[in-house]
Amino acid sequence: MNAAGLTHRDGNAGTFLSVRDLSVEFLSDGMPLRAINGVDFDLHLGETLCFLGESGSGKTVTMRSLVQLLPPTARIGGKVWLDGIDVLTLDADRLRAIRGTQVSMIFQEPMTALDPVFTVGHQIAEVVVWHEGVSWSAGRARALEMLELVQVPSARRRLDAYPHELSGGLRQRVMIALALSCKPKLLLADEPTTALDATVQIQILLLLRELQRELGMATIFVTHDLGVACEISDRVAVMYAGRFVETGAMAEVIDSPRHPYTIGLLNSTVHAGSERGRLAPIPGAPPDLLDMPPGCAFAPRCSRVVAACREYMPDLQELAPGRAARCPRTSDPGI
Amino acid sequence: MNATPAPVDPPGTAATDPAADGRPILGVSGLRKYFRLRGGSGGVGPAYVQAVDDISFTVATGETLGVVGESGCGKSTTARLLMRLIEPDDGEILLDGRDVGGRDGMSLRALRRNVQMVFQDSYSSLNPRHTMAEEVSFGLTAQGVKRAEARRRANEVLEFVGLEPAIFADRYPHELSGGQRQRVNVARALALNPRLLLLDEAVSSLDKSVEAQVLNLLIEIKERLGLTYVFISHDLNVVRFIADRVLVMYLGKVVEIGPVDRVYGSPGHPYTRALIASRLSMDPRRRIEAPPVAGDLPSPINPPSGCRFRTRCPIAEPVCGSREPVLDRFGAEPAHLAACHALVPGSGHGQAPDRDGGTVPENEGSRP
Repeated sequence: MNAAGLTHRDGNAGTFLSVRDLSVEFLSDGMPLRAINGVDFDLHLGETLCFLGESGSGKTVTMRSLVQLLPPTARIGGKVWLDGIDVLTLDADRLRAIRGTQVSMIFQEPMTALDPVFTVGHQIAEVVVWHEGVSWSAGRARALEMLELVQVPSARRRLDAYPHELSGGLRQRVMIALALSCKPKLLLADEPTTALDATVQIQILLLLRELQRELGMATIFVTHDLGVACEISDRVAVMYAGRFVETGAMAEVIDSPRHPYTIGLLNSTVHAGSERGRLAPIPGAPPDLLDMPPGCAFAPRCSRVVAACREYMPDLQELAPGRAARCPRTSDPGI
Repeated sequence: MNATPAPVDPPGTAATDPAADGRPILGVSGLRKYFRLRGGSGGVGPAYVQAVDDISFTVATGETLGVVGESGCGKSTTARLLMRLIEPDDGEILLDGRDVGGRDGMSLRALRRNVQMVFQDSYSSLNPRHTMAEEVSFGLTAQGVKRAEARRRANEVLEFVGLEPAIFADRYPHELSGGQRQRVNVARALALNPRLLLLDEAVSSLDKSVEAQVLNLLIEIKERLGLTYVFISHDLNVVRFIADRVLVMYLGKVVEIGPVDRVYGSPGHPYTRALIASRLSMDPRRRIEAPPVAGDLPSPINPPSGCRFRTRCPIAEPVCGSREPVLDRFGAEPAHLAACHALVPGSGHGQAPDRDGGTVPENEGSRP
């Protein structure tokens, strides 16, 4: 299997998560809808991989499929190896056992992810009691420890707060505390700072970076925001219409994007150094997953399209170790 | 865009153009809006959200004024007050020097011919049972334009924003993409040939590649029609890109206002500094290492006394709690104002400059 770019050179040694040919299909009015296709990657402990893409690109579906957090109509194909466990073959009970202990997830909207009728201390303690079989007082002690870890001020008092009594930034800290309470080895973060204000967003990003360093987790971070990706991730996988279109080290992809979509995305993003005047946006809109163009999904919007692009989907080609793009024209002059 | 140029005046739009000579098209003074909460504050008496509290500013004809701030700062309430979607508790809004809603002032109908608004959510701001042509012509018929004429005008404006009428005029909102819907919202706002557009997070919920398209459209429209924009956004980079001047709000107050380059280059207020330093770098080698400011925004229900930023401010001193700072000029640029005791000689703040013309240090808020 060609898993260029995001698979490690050293095979499986040190790899904590290994994903091969992952695909997800939903049924939409009886029609199968391919949400993601042929996703391959490996992830080490202590490493942060970012799925970067726009709405509908499949970044969240890819992340959720890793722990089968998808509606029952979803059909997941391929292989997901988590610390040697074949995740996609697990039954409900065994999935429940690894969710929270091996893998945990934080979401965009802490208000809807936390339970409004229990105090935050209770919610954290419950996870610890359930997974580790300890007493409630031990669970509560861990809850306090976790709130302190995520730097909630007056943590002891906040144990007895309900989610609605906390500000958005504190709620997000609580959700991180909840996710990390059983020391997972893989953290899945789905746009956890998108709903936050700028001055709070940077605090949460710095906290996540610090916790990851301290705890040595592997992290997958889903975002649509290039700035966020640059702050948090070691490696990036740019997604478009359900596929990885470009992968590599974050700094390399930002410095020299190779796929026309990545280049277009960078040109479309207004950043601190943007010159006033006009932007160079990508024309058109992403394709409808129910009505995909033949060949490369980006071809209808691509300025460098050639006839072959409309006929077959290009492979994710390795450009250098750890670096790949799904475009046959990356090495053409002028690109 | 290869559409017809400046849309024609619909009948009844006899608004006099006070020429683009920098005269304010809009003047706001002492604007205030408190929302009363059901139930109490837990203490005595009713509780109020002080959404907009005594703000004043002007918008010059032909400029783009950016309004930035975080959630709860009052920027959307301000837009709704300017549009008279909600009534102010106090203060004055002058359009071309004329009071709006007063006895001798401008009627609401005339206000809305001159001022139009584009909202953030492109879907919920369109009527799901209107076709695009109906949506865009609705305001015209409400202003007394005949249906056929309104329809012709709708097609013209749709084409102007880059939507081919033959394809889009008879579509419903659910048949369009987010970017196309936002173009329709812009077309609807333009149909009445307004002179001032209030853009309230108009590109914020769009994907980046589409956001860039709509930003380009807005810039082009402004140039071709000679419009004035009030551009409200939480995105500091987008505001810097599009605005001439920027107004920074915090918990219902204006804390700083000035030309974009001045405010971003040498911000005066500690909140502006924090906000600008919170922008992400887009460079994984130059990551932010320490948060520019701690904590969350306090509730606007019972905002802190004195300076509202003092609870998070790195340079807060006792004077900040006892007296509210006034928005005032502090540096070499006369149009650059900030409300911070640390900038005012003799304010009692330890970092205040000397009375004898000591200069304010240039603060590099944005990282190099």
